[in-house]
Amino acid sequence: MTYPEQLPDGAGRFGPFGGRYIPETLTAAVSELERAYLEAREDVGFRAELDRLHRTYTGRPTPVTFAARLTGHCGGARIWLKREDLAHTGAHKINNALGQGLLAKRMGKRRVIAETGAGQHGVATATVCALLGLECVIYMGTEDMARQRPNVFRMRLLGAEVRGVDSGSRTLKDAINEAMRDWVTNPDSYYLLGSALGPHPYPLMVRDFQSVIGREARAQLLEAEGRLPDVVVACVGGGSNAIGIFHAFVGDSEVALRGVEAGGLGVESGRHAARFAGGQLGVLHGTRTLVLQDEDGQIALTHSVSAGLDYAAVGPEHAYLKETGRASYTYATDSEALEVFQLLCRTEGIIPALESSHAVAEAVKLARAMRPDQIILVNLSGRGDKDIFSVAEQLGVKMEP
Amino acid sequence: MSRIAGTFERLDREKRCALMPYLAIGFPERDSVLELAPALVEGGADMLELGMPFSDPLADGATIQRATERALRNGIRVEDCLNTVRRLRRQGIDIPLLLMGYYNPIMRYGEERFAEHAAAAGVDGLIIPDLPPEEAEPLRAACAERGIDIIFFLTPTSTDERMAQVAQRASGFIYCVSLAGVTGARSQLSPALGPFLERVRRFSTLPRAVGFGISRPEHVAQISSMAEGAIVASALINKLEQLPPAQHRDAAREFVAALSSATRRG
Repeated sequence: MTYPEQLPDGAGRFGPFGGRYIPETLTAAVSELERAYLEAREDVGFRAELDRLHRTYTGRPTPVTFAARLTGHCGGARIWLKREDLAHTGAHKINNALGQGLLAKRMGKRRVIAETGAGQHGVATATVCALLGLECVIYMGTEDMARQRPNVFRMRLLGAEVRGVDSGSRTLKDAINEAMRDWVTNPDSYYLLGSALGPHPYPLMVRDFQSVIGREARAQLLEAEGRLPDVVVACVGGGSNAIGIFHAFVGDSEVALRGVEAGGLGVESGRHAARFAGGQLGVLHGTRTLVLQDEDGQIALTHSVSAGLDYAAVGPEHAYLKETGRASYTYATDSEALEVFQLLCRTEGIIPALESSHAVAEAVKLARAMRPDQIILVNLSGRGDKDIFSVAEQLGVKMEP
Repeated sequence: MSRIAGTFERLDREKRCALMPYLAIGFPERDSVLELAPALVEGGADMLELGMPFSDPLADGATIQRATERALRNGIRVEDCLNTVRRLRRQGIDIPLLLMGYYNPIMRYGEERFAEHAAAAGVDGLIIPDLPPEEAEPLRAACAERGIDIIFFLTPTSTDERMAQVAQRASGFIYCVSLAGVTGARSQLSPALGPFLERVRRFSTLPRAVGFGISRPEHVAQISSMAEGAIVASALINKLEQLPPAQHRDAAREFVAALSSATRRG
């Protein structure tokens, strides 16, 4: 099946997925956002300003690195890393935060609301708000605040107000609920959603802002290797880094696309965030997609060692990529991710985010079964400095924070 | 004629606005609604809105979140909600009963199946805050076939274009959100409410019921001169939360009676 060029459609649909399932109280604000974004998208001046800031502030283009020792260790396909860990604030999240921050400014907004799980999107948003002079309120589940204390302090240093969310499971989904409640109450604020999720136009807009990853990587690999990779691998929480690197390759039918979800303690344990392994069609946070839920349609509690993959719904475009067969999805467990986290530290001198370690774990498995003349491109979506405390804890190492 | 339309017609003759209080099914105990609903009817409720719990109620404020979280802990499922309506009908409650809930549990239950079972139980209307009209067509069709109204919302920020779109698909009544925000009791009604309700009237002849932030008889009195219905949710839950369960029945009846006395058009 060929993958259609122009997606989503005007209603924000990717086949049967996506759409806009929002309370009427948000309709005016979301419609205003859609109009403003579609206009900005066509504006050469807007794109030029974003490019300029990416060059001079974000540090783009980020390089691709040939992982020579990791490749040697696996004894198979050549592994390349797209180094989003080297972007300002240490992850791909800045690509989207900067794009939407400029849009907020263009719309004349003064106050920005965002949710965060691991804290990476919150840090990126707080950073952009400081850069652009916008007031910033970040919602974060209190459970996540406890796991990611350094990021909470970073956001506060950057001038953001961090509001703990004590409802529900006290993680990302509850932070999104609370951010949406804030937006309903303050429709003049700008809601800077962090992943390729939520009501239309977010999945489109976040993909657009993240697709710089794949555009750069595609050109960089063509130059370095003289050809395209055989497989592109990325981890999938909401799915913004994955859609960001996949998008430029969707039309290259010879390139396989491989998404890696959080297998947590194993899919059979029920404690995971592998929507493609255990999810059902549903609606969460404004979009129709695969959702982990119980038999009564209540949203399931998810688990992953990495807070950034710990979410019950997958971005709607990934659901569609899976359904059309254009991309395939698998998962890596907590322990596989932890093992590869250490492997990459020792073989390449790179401390990867636990999220990105899921993608590297799959690349290692694939490489072993592939020929040495084949190429794997992995999106190293973030750096792992934020994770050292939780990794120490997992490894039974006592560390004074 | 449907129960909802019949009720608004009768109240129009009586020169009163409809009073629709809300109860969360499963709050505070599994079967509390079976006792509280008759008390509300005795107090003068003209219609009842019954909340189905959902894990992620993003249009609701803290009060209703707490109540529905408690209902989930009490093990309330979609089937229990339908059963509650069935049992209330068996008790002889004959006023319009509406279920309020989020879309995912209904989708999971199956839209056709839900419409069929809701109709059989005696449900008159559905209020689904995260299902706007443009996404509601399959469920709307399944419900319309069986005489169930899906109630759509309009808000003070709705544009004229939006009002026309929503009015075209609406049935039963229009849920007019009084303010920008989530559900929850407020001390005062917005001064913009009157002009908003007049705008709604330009696009639809359906009854207009005002909800969000309504807590006092004087609010209901104001609304009775501008609209056809008043919806009271968080204020009643707040009241019940402050009292020991043994007093809930009487307190609910008295609370609604005080509001009901303000429904006569002045």
